[in-house]
Amino acid sequence: MASTMTVPQGGDAPVFYLKDEHPHPEGHSTPLGFWLYLMSDCLIFAILFATYAVLGTSYAGGPNPKELFDLELVAINTAMLLFSSITYGFAMLEMEKGNKGLMISWMIVTFFFGACFLGIEMYEFHHLILEGAGPGRSAFLSSFFTLVGTHGLHVTCGLVWMAVLMVQMNKHGITAANKRRMTTLSMFWHFLDVIWIGVFSFVYLMGVL
Amino acid sequence: MASHAHSSAHGDHGHHDHHEAHVNHGTFGSYMTGFVLSVILTAIPFWLVMGNVLDDRQVTAVLIMGLGLVQIVVHMIFFLHMDTKSEGGWNMMALLFTVVLVLIALSGSLWVMHNLNSYMMPMMTPEAAKQLP
Repeated sequence: MASTMTVPQGGDAPVFYLKDEHPHPEGHSTPLGFWLYLMSDCLIFAILFATYAVLGTSYAGGPNPKELFDLELVAINTAMLLFSSITYGFAMLEMEKGNKGLMISWMIVTFFFGACFLGIEMYEFHHLILEGAGPGRSAFLSSFFTLVGTHGLHVTCGLVWMAVLMVQMNKHGITAANKRRMTTLSMFWHFLDVIWIGVFSFVYLMGVL
Repeated sequence: MASHAHSSAHGDHGHHDHHEAHVNHGTFGSYMTGFVLSVILTAIPFWLVMGNVLDDRQVTAVLIMGLGLVQIVVHMIFFLHMDTKSEGGWNMMALLFTVVLVLIALSGSLWVMHNLNSYMMPMMTPEAAKQLP
């Protein structure tokens, strides 16, 4: 027993202490981590935009954006995504108030708008391919389908996530973990709307202009 | 601590949880402000193009891109709740870094490819392209 009683000799014995240490609850770094993911996703889209900017005028004798794009359809699509953004915001506000029922209702509305957006985009793609303006027609169409398709794929992932989260919320209620998931999905969903601003401005409006 | 100072902004609804306090959730008013601004900023460029409002294409193009940029900022502030204080400023730091990279990628690609194009053979017309075997 006496061996454990070693007293440090002199004043230079190692002293261990933690400076500025505070508890890290589970998931406290999720918002920042997810934000960093969104920024890296932003770089993917930046590269796709750059590719479109370079190739967007190479029609290879094929149709050009003025002949292909239906701006009325794009306007409806933009409205769908914008409505889904504000309804998701309402779902977030209901979550803060602890209103599970209203929150899930707003999520269903958001899901509906998101699904409409995706449906219109699929219709547009289908229509273009039927017209012979598929991704293989020209460099312009390849880059167009890649850019807009990647955005559509993100929206699809967002919808799957939203559906799963609605089930989770319904089953477990507004728990800390579900709140965190809801906040991250909020960032993802609004981020997709930000990317869409670039798409409709740069691809559709500039293309038809 | 920065997070405590910031929590006072919405401390009026009794938010005392330490690690939730620095998250800015927005209010009904801020969401609606963002939504109305977005609708206006979306409607103007669509109206400019679909209504053929301006004769000068260059001016319309600059307006479209300018309004798009403003709308991105509006979304960032009112929907994504970006500010310089969230996550101790690291959110903004990551965003600024990304903006720099995006600018380099976009302007670099356009510059290099434009330069490359100007060294190529004369541009083939669409009519000539159709005659290719």
